Amino acid sequence: MVETAKLPPRPTGTFSARAITWSKNNLFDGWLNSALTLGAIALLVWLVPPLFNWAVVNATLAPTIEGCAEVTGACWGFVNANLRLILFGTYPFEEQWRPLLAMIVLMGIICFSLGGVKYPSFRKAIIPTWVIGVPIIAILMWGGMLGLTYVQNSYWGGLPLTLILSAIGIIFAFPFGLLLALGRQSNMPAIRTLSVVYIEVIRGVPLITVLFMASVMFPLFLPDGVTIDKLLRAQIGIILFTAAYLAEVFRGGLQAVPRGQFEAGDSLGLSYWQSMRLIILPQALRLVIPPTVNSFISMLKDTTLVVIIGLFDFLGTVKLALRSDPAWTKYYVEGYAFASAIFFLICFSMAKYSAYLEKELRKGEQR
Amino acid sequence: MTATQPQPTNGVVPPPSDEEVITVSKANKWYGNFHVLKDIDLHVRKGERIVICGPSGSGKSTLIRTLNRLETYQSGEITVDGILLGDDVKNIEAVRREVCMVFQHFNLFPHMTVLENLTLAPIWVRKMPKKEATELGMHYLERVRIAEQAHKFPGQLSGGQQQRVAIARSLCMQPKIMLFDEPTSALDPEMVKEVLDVMVELAKEGMTMLCVTHEMGFAKEVADRVVFMDAGEIVEMAGPHEFFDNPKSDRTKLFLSQILSH
Repeated sequence: MVETAKLPPRPTGTFSARAITWSKNNLFDGWLNSALTLGAIALLVWLVPPLFNWAVVNATLAPTIEGCAEVTGACWGFVNANLRLILFGTYPFEEQWRPLLAMIVLMGIICFSLGGVKYPSFRKAIIPTWVIGVPIIAILMWGGMLGLTYVQNSYWGGLPLTLILSAIGIIFAFPFGLLLALGRQSNMPAIRTLSVVYIEVIRGVPLITVLFMASVMFPLFLPDGVTIDKLLRAQIGIILFTAAYLAEVFRGGLQAVPRGQFEAGDSLGLSYWQSMRLIILPQALRLVIPPTVNSFISMLKDTTLVVIIGLFDFLGTVKLALRSDPAWTKYYVEGYAFASAIFFLICFSMAKYSAYLEKELRKGEQR
Repeated sequence: MTATQPQPTNGVVPPPSDEEVITVSKANKWYGNFHVLKDIDLHVRKGERIVICGPSGSGKSTLIRTLNRLETYQSGEITVDGILLGDDVKNIEAVRREVCMVFQHFNLFPHMTVLENLTLAPIWVRKMPKKEATELGMHYLERVRIAEQAHKFPGQLSGGQQQRVAIARSLCMQPKIMLFDEPTSALDPEMVKEVLDVMVELAKEGMTMLCVTHEMGFAKEVADRVVFMDAGEIVEMAGPHEFFDNPKSDRTKLFLSQILSH
């Protein structure tokens, strides 16, 4: 109420008159804002037309090196020609419908879960959907049954690999991070110390190191003959790493819930876990939606680091495509622009969803 | 200062029975070097209404918070409803099922509706079917005259309404003992009465109540005994008439002159 009072009166009149009034109020109020507006316009005029010419007007989609050589703009033909390599990596060419389908199933479950939060009747179906969906994805990716040929996971790559690493990473890092956060606040000294040491050690080490240790050092400790799959090791490394960060995010949320809420739960006779689940966590987690999604986004982008242990995630397959023919190598800008666009799309969707979720959960409660 | 001696009441409230439901003997508590509770002895009979008052920092809130183990104590013994309150989690949970507390700042759950606040503990602690819990919740909401707010969120209610919801939430557990920790201190003055009215009604129904409050009118109307605490010890304990008309200790006199002077 107070804020609207400060706003200038709503402009009336023709569209152009309103536009002028709006500009005066918003773009040219005072010399500093006017200068900034003009500066921004100049920057756009300087940048946008050349960019547009490069990306659209002078660009080509022709999937041949010859076609690209003829144009001065972007060679989207590189992406066009190597699309399947970029998307699916070294997965056997004839079988690439399987990762595509797996990706669609994964996106389907994710969308269902995200949408289901709003509807209590769907909420119960979320966990069963994952329990059914994840094996379907596993069967599609690995095969070896139902007439599908077996595909070793060292051939997996591209977007499905990135999405699987991220989705499984989030699903397991979330509860593990939660346990660590609760452990750090525990009254039991052993559990508290263990949690603190874990969080501080993992946080103090770069992800690359964790992945290296998972892929190079860890097997040294295993007895002869026992091997743990490289992909699994990378996945576990990502989970362990992300959980440490999430734990601190959740701890922030737990500390923001007033002491009285714990006491009210206690005084009503609720057990520790009941209090946590019904009273404390719903409030704490709601408070930390923005930093939680922050961690998820950063984790999704960090999955690109698995390339250093020889897994080809989405960014890795772009590099693979660039190297597939020396003639393509000079079109790295297009390749990375495409990868950036896909990453942006995913991360931006996550950000938008988190904003929606915050708004949705805050509804009813406010005056 | 004999703890269990029956005190005359003004006849409005039923007299307590002889059964002792809370026994505090030689209870001591320290925060570091600070001695918060000093050799506290308190015996409460079933149906008894006790008002605890005293200057801030006197340990009165701490005392009633030890009775449902929101606070620990280091020596002595506290028995509630025949259960020894110690480190045993089973005992603590058993006591908390029978003892409910109303807080100064209500401590309602902001993410749940009023009705959900009320049904939570019956459903999860008493394992009551949801339908039955809802009926129970509505029953107590009507008793605190706030049934029409059942589907609102706590943040949409006034302080007085929130505190009445908090009382109803405790009543839904059908406790044997109710603890009130300065239930009206955080309220705007015009809302104090609506909460006190509910508390007086409870007292008249024979609920065992321990109430930390400075509402001396309430003490005069319903208390069987008034306990005055200062610096961690019980200084004086007497029936309301004797306590207000004929206080024995100088500290009590000083305190009464300070709070009754306006």
